[in-house]
Amino acid sequence: MNVLEFTALVFVGSLAAGFLGSLTGLGGGVILVPLLTIFFKVDIRYAIGASLVSVIATSSGAAAAYVREGFSNIRIGMFLEIATTVGALTGAFLAAIIPLKAIAIIFGVVLVYSAYLSRRPRSKESRSLSPDALATKLNLNGSFPDEDGPRSYNVQNVPTGFSLMFGAGALSGLLGIGSGAVKVLAMDQAMKIPFKVSTTTSNFMIGVTAAASAGVYLSRGYIDPGLAMPVMLGVLLGSMLGATILIKAETKILRVVFSLVIVILGLQMIYKGIFGHF
Amino acid sequence: MTTESKPKTHAGETMTDERMESVIGMVLRIGVTLSALVVLFGGIVYLFRHGLSPEDYRNFRGEPADYTKPSAILRSAITFHGRGIIQLGLIILIATPVVRVAFSIWAFLAERDRLYAAFTLFVLAILLYSLVGNPF
Repeated sequence: MNVLEFTALVFVGSLAAGFLGSLTGLGGGVILVPLLTIFFKVDIRYAIGASLVSVIATSSGAAAAYVREGFSNIRIGMFLEIATTVGALTGAFLAAIIPLKAIAIIFGVVLVYSAYLSRRPRSKESRSLSPDALATKLNLNGSFPDEDGPRSYNVQNVPTGFSLMFGAGALSGLLGIGSGAVKVLAMDQAMKIPFKVSTTTSNFMIGVTAAASAGVYLSRGYIDPGLAMPVMLGVLLGSMLGATILIKAETKILRVVFSLVIVILGLQMIYKGIFGHF
Repeated sequence: MTTESKPKTHAGETMTDERMESVIGMVLRIGVTLSALVVLFGGIVYLFRHGLSPEDYRNFRGEPADYTKPSAILRSAITFHGRGIIQLGLIILIATPVVRVAFSIWAFLAERDRLYAAFTLFVLAILLYSLVGNPF
């Protein structure tokens, strides 16, 4: 395959990944690395570098739209970014010493787990919780526009959420993904932040988290321009297309199919990690 | 006479969370758009020159210094190397969230929120350490 054909195929694959990722809300980054390593036989280090770059692009593009709608909470985001950026640096550091086989296996497990998380029912009950002392001190409580006027919320379990965010950052730095699923888990489940606020704030944070490890990846030579170019442009365009169609499309069946694809890719990554050679 | 009912006097000068959010949204949009255009342009140059060469990403060699150090990337981009221009676009992309964080420090200070200005400064320090420090 010459460079032109390779670039065109990777562009189309990334476009599809970005499109499905944004349509289903699962993120395109998570299937990019398996796509590149399993189907295009790209070395996992180059794949992780290119994926990380595309994660920054889609997160920043989407966050630009969300911050204006008033769903994301910039204080929660900023406070938790302390944990995610330290975690991301740790993860990028670990990426250099953990064997590639182990990274592939961890990646597979994270894929399967993300698919599981996305299939769980969202916590929909209206929470009226009393204010938490630490959250109040940190000024984390807020409100967001609901169908019938602004609804306020009180953030809970700050230390647990902060620790989970360190883990989310470490996975992001180690695997080149946005780890939005873990971020939403930390905010929605542990900190009891409303789902819509959790997802948009997570998106807002992903770019900063990824930027923290991208510098390390760049200096280590993981970010190849020839590969990152079609990946970044494809994912960005795909996720923009997905966001415009999102409002009309019935995504329930699509989410099931995409979750299945993620599980299959996850199992393949685990298989490749155990029996493949790096 | 104005129909504006909010008690704000000089809307352009007071810093509120809403205003911070709208500026952040703008910074992110400009950064991503600019970066995508530079990457696209570099990609066209690269494909014109190397489109027919064989691809090889199976074996990891690591990028040469030309594509890993910001100063060398800039030099390569100015001398019109396609891959150098792509890397420059990617640096703009990586710098976009950094600019967003730097702006937030200023905005939190304008809101007289010292605690959050300090949190944000810490995050900026980590980002700069990763980008410029070449720590590992």
